[in-house]
Amino acid sequence: MNYLRHVLDHLRKDLRLEWRSRDSLNGMLFFSLLVVVVFGLAFDPTSYPTVARQISGGILWVALLFASITALNQSWAREQRNNVLEAQRMAPSPASALFLGKAIANLLFVLVVEAVLAPIFIVFFNLHALGSIWLLALIMPLGTWALVVNGTFFAALGLRARNRELLLPLLLLPISLPALLAMVQATTGVLTGDLDPIQINTWIKQLLGYDIIFTTVCILLFETVLNAE
Amino acid sequence: MEQRTPTLRGVAWLWFGLSTAVLAIGFRQAIFLVPTDAAQGNVGRIFYYHVPIAMLSLIFPYINFAASLFYLYWRRRDPLKALTADALALTTAEVTVVYSSICLLTGMLWGRATWGIWWTWDPRLTSMLLLWLLYVSYLMLRRFSSTGQTHTLAAVLSVFAAVDVPIVYMSIRWWRTQHPAPVFGGGPDSGVDPSMLPAFYWNLAGWTLWGICIVLFRFALERRRQLAEQEAALQAIEASLEIPQ
Repeated sequence: MNYLRHVLDHLRKDLRLEWRSRDSLNGMLFFSLLVVVVFGLAFDPTSYPTVARQISGGILWVALLFASITALNQSWAREQRNNVLEAQRMAPSPASALFLGKAIANLLFVLVVEAVLAPIFIVFFNLHALGSIWLLALIMPLGTWALVVNGTFFAALGLRARNRELLLPLLLLPISLPALLAMVQATTGVLTGDLDPIQINTWIKQLLGYDIIFTTVCILLFETVLNAE
Repeated sequence: MEQRTPTLRGVAWLWFGLSTAVLAIGFRQAIFLVPTDAAQGNVGRIFYYHVPIAMLSLIFPYINFAASLFYLYWRRRDPLKALTADALALTTAEVTVVYSSICLLTGMLWGRATWGIWWTWDPRLTSMLLLWLLYVSYLMLRRFSSTGQTHTLAAVLSVFAAVDVPIVYMSIRWWRTQHPAPVFGGGPDSGVDPSMLPAFYWNLAGWTLWGICIVLFRFALERRRQLAEQEAALQAIEASLEIPQ
């Protein structure tokens, strides 16, 4: 219970910080919008509805992936100002609470971006989903968590590295590729209605397994990374 | 500094000679003695190189993982042992990259000859590529992180990468694939003709010996670099103490 309270405190702090500046939310929103527009210009999805359905799952996730990388790079930077991070290292609360709080905050930011982006995406890509669309309500949070939990971790890992901005995608992308495959396949399956529900089910289960495994690894190792020197 | 003893040097050369000899026998077995594959012709002989190397490129990551765990355990308790573990982790990561590159390249050659395409986004191939990418990113991290914390960060990343290795192995059972089902231990229909086994085992033994050989050479090199670094640090401290007040 005590641990939960620490996590909630960290979460509240991160949400308040973000609410005051709204930097990363605005940045992510505009960036993902730009990616969608660029892909729209490149593929002309409205003339080819079938092709649009087949590729839009991938495009949506690529847009979200790149957008969240831009925000994740900044998410620890605000802790470095005034040596807040050093204070956090000395605080008696468990280090993983700090991590979980920030990861959940990042999850909420990306979910907000998704909620705003989804209608725009449907309009621009002229999408009519052929599968059971409500499954997306499960796939999107699971997929986002997979990106965000590792992303928050690796952003902390690269904090004191040279080329920090470049290092995050270099580490995050290879680790996230199995999850990316699962979420893109599941989303495309829902949009096209081609995949068997059992197959979609398997992809979602894999995504869930991935989330559980990597959340555990991140929580176990975060203290080591925070105190690395 | 540690001195390389003549015995150790002798053992190293003996090991090198042994692995070269076994590889030569394996080459003779695979190229000249094994009967030509009925379906694939001489192209099928790449099996004796592709499969052992693929198996080994899935084994070295485990050594890397174990060494990284030891590093994390000894980091505060016994820093000198931890450095040794870190040297082993770096070495096995590099050898993993080499072996999985060879696996990917021979696989491409084989795929071009039997499937007619260089590459297909089949899950098994994708997972092998992923393994390669993971260990390349591990080496990138070691290059990018500022000195002093490289070891810890790399060890942490290695744990992440190792979690991916079982996914690579299981993927062949999880997903329907174009890649053939596991040849060894993959169910009632798996297994190879007994005439193929000697060549396979000789090559497996040869590439294992060779892999251990390059791991040890690279490990000795990395240890010497670490010791030289320690020596330099020590001298710098001593020099700073000698400055008259």
